[in-house]
Amino acid sequence: MAFSYGGFVNSGVGKFLASNLGLPRPTRLRRHTPGESLVPGAVFVDGFGEAPLAAQVRGVLEGAGVQLATVPSTSVVAAVLDLSKVRSPADLDIVRTSLGPALKTLAPTGRVVILGRPVAGAVDVAQAAGRRALEGIVRSIGKELRGGGTANLVLVAEGADDALEGTLRFLLSGRSAYVSGQVFHLAEPVAPVQAPADWDAPLAGKVAVVTGAARGIGAAIASTLARDGATVVCVDVPSASGPLAEVANSLGGSALALDVTSADAGTRIVEHTQSRHGGFDIVVHNAGITRDKLLANIDADRWASVLEVNLGSILVMNQVLVPAIAEGGHIVNVASIAGIAGNRGQTNYAASKAGVIGMTAALAQDPTVRAKGVTVNAVAPGFIETEMTAKVPLATREVGRLMNSLSQGGLPVDVAETIGYFAWDANRAVTGTTVRVCGQMLLGA
Amino acid sequence: MTETCRAAIIGGNRIPFARQFGPYAEASNQDMLTAALEGLIARYGLVGERVGEVVAGAVVKHSRDFNLTRESVLGSSLAPTTPAYDIQQACGTGLEAAILVANKIRLGQIDSGIAGGVDTSSDAPITVRESLRRKLLRVNRGKSPVEMATRLLALRPGDLGIEIPANSEPRTGLSMGEHMAQTARRWAISREAQDELAMMSHHNLARAYDEGFFDDLVTSYLGLSRDQNLRPDSSMAKLSALKPAFGKGDHATMTAGNSTPLTDGASVVLLASEQWAAEHGLTVQAFFVDGESAAIDYVHGDEGLLMAPAYAVPRLLARQGLSLQDFDYYEIHEAFAATVLSTLKAWEDEEFCTTRLGLPGPLGSIDRSRLNVNGSSLAAGHPFAATGGRIVASLAKMLHAKGPGSRGLISICAAGGQGVVAILEGA
Repeated sequence: MAFSYGGFVNSGVGKFLASNLGLPRPTRLRRHTPGESLVPGAVFVDGFGEAPLAAQVRGVLEGAGVQLATVPSTSVVAAVLDLSKVRSPADLDIVRTSLGPALKTLAPTGRVVILGRPVAGAVDVAQAAGRRALEGIVRSIGKELRGGGTANLVLVAEGADDALEGTLRFLLSGRSAYVSGQVFHLAEPVAPVQAPADWDAPLAGKVAVVTGAARGIGAAIASTLARDGATVVCVDVPSASGPLAEVANSLGGSALALDVTSADAGTRIVEHTQSRHGGFDIVVHNAGITRDKLLANIDADRWASVLEVNLGSILVMNQVLVPAIAEGGHIVNVASIAGIAGNRGQTNYAASKAGVIGMTAALAQDPTVRAKGVTVNAVAPGFIETEMTAKVPLATREVGRLMNSLSQGGLPVDVAETIGYFAWDANRAVTGTTVRVCGQMLLGA
Repeated sequence: MTETCRAAIIGGNRIPFARQFGPYAEASNQDMLTAALEGLIARYGLVGERVGEVVAGAVVKHSRDFNLTRESVLGSSLAPTTPAYDIQQACGTGLEAAILVANKIRLGQIDSGIAGGVDTSSDAPITVRESLRRKLLRVNRGKSPVEMATRLLALRPGDLGIEIPANSEPRTGLSMGEHMAQTARRWAISREAQDELAMMSHHNLARAYDEGFFDDLVTSYLGLSRDQNLRPDSSMAKLSALKPAFGKGDHATMTAGNSTPLTDGASVVLLASEQWAAEHGLTVQAFFVDGESAAIDYVHGDEGLLMAPAYAVPRLLARQGLSLQDFDYYEIHEAFAATVLSTLKAWEDEEFCTTRLGLPGPLGSIDRSRLNVNGSSLAAGHPFAATGGRIVASLAKMLHAKGPGSRGLISICAAGGQGVVAILEGA
């Protein structure tokens, strides 16, 4: 069995050594289980000034049967602070006075959510400075939190207040276990925001297409979307059709074996979903490959194949998928931390994944996409425990695992949960964004 | 027969065929048939579905696999309430299963069904010598330890030994290849013609894979995603260099290159009524029009062991009012290259057609460019009972691409001097 730092420092002698040497000790993260309450305890809600978003939050939490706390205590598992009314950096002192004490007693796997307004909408320079300061605050809190806690910032544009519930629920729940230090942007919704009848089945009645679904992160995406109620069409290359069939059958979906780079890939996906399900609501472009080599040594095939599979194929398929996707649907792309921070030996891969982030932002603004009310977003996974990363040499692997605020690698399901979040009709205010699922990895942060 | 509806072919699935003792060496028939079913279920979204019935079989079968198909269904994602039964008609098993399912659909007895077949040449059942088996059963019947021990004493060294299933005819003791060599000689099938057919089989199968033809016909299994026997670079030079494997002297024209190798694999085909297909949002690729089987006397008569399809096809054509030339595609199973060539030659032969088939004249030639266009058993391999499902599914897809009303003819020879043939029509 492969050595696991996380397993070692949490057992017997390892635990003793770690605590005496001051080594990081990863906490078992709180992950989503259907049927469980949103948060395992009370939520402390506060805000600056009239704090309109805090009122929204209280309403949501009361509706969800979550206990509200007015003072910090050890039974508090999450703190939500509304700073939407901040006028200048001077107003930020509330972070120290209100959130400071709360952090002292925050239960393990706690959540800190700060709510603000987009910098672009500031009335003057002082307000812009105050709003931007929130990013520094959240990212620092993410690094100060222990015990698997996370901190995230939600910037709610004027007119998007009613769309807050989906993002709030995601961040407080176990679905966001490996998401920390991130900024969520809520803009004016591209289509009516619709809360699901059951927040445990936010994708009920939806049809989702997931490429690269035969294994790893893709298989987790497929099963997570299915768990949340979607009928999933699992796509992967013919050479992986055996594992693909297993995944599809395990979640009651269907398998479609094709190479995403084939000219008719998009058409075949459309035909399959049309004839079987009358269309599709969600498409997750997850298929991707790596062909690592230093730029000085890379050949034309390694260069081109990675760009074609990871980026070019999505552009080509979207020409057919965008017209075919249901109104109010969701497109989610899988980028990578390498597309943000770059990586030695991965110019081709980083190029493709950075390209995915650019494509995501651009497609979200496309007039036809907006007119259809379709959202386009991306996730950028950090170090995720997969068969692929299990083959990384021990030292490199452990560095990858520990170089983040949660001192551990994420699981494929963590990436899948964020993808699922982007696919909720409750989150139609979120489009054109890229969210990292990296446990606040140090790279590119 | 009053037809209540047509039998539609929705599609099929198989695992890539592996060479004997290859990647599937330790896979059982049940493992492979289940894998083929799972791929079909995934492709057509049949998880939890109660299908009318599943009919399949294997030629080489362990006694424990008495309920092979039902056990495979229970191990699959189909509803456990799906009935199943086994059949066996040597290499005609897979096609015969499709005929049975199609007929039940046409009669309205079921609205959906899966036909298939599986065979392993690697995970073969071993039996003990017949004399030993009888003596051991006698020991087992003993009423006391003493009686059992006494009966054990009846064992003789000559009783020891195991028997492995052999690819030979029980009534002649000849292997299938030796039988075929006699027929090849009789019809004067040249080595070159056989090698050319083998080469085309490999080239056609390789092209079909490259074009993605098998993307929705094959599901990878145990690391294999293409038929292991396939040699895309097969050439006349390589094939002509092989030593003969069957026959003697100048007449020995059959080699390992133009004969099918022993292989492991499984295939299944989904058939249904048009209504069932529509309700499930599934596209009908073709219709199963009709099937026929024939047998010849190779023991006392003078007909070749694998020539029965030559007799079955004209009967089927007569019943359907068609001529041999009325087809867009011909799928003639390549047990040996010489099988295909002998059959075609017989149909072109006036004397054979008039005296043996009782026809007024020869059936005539076929357009060879329509024969086995996406490869056949010489390249793909031939896990006996799995070949029928391979051909039905591939032909149905080809006919769908060709368009409604297009026609395809299937011809499969089988051990025991039998042949099973069928006609499909494009939808």
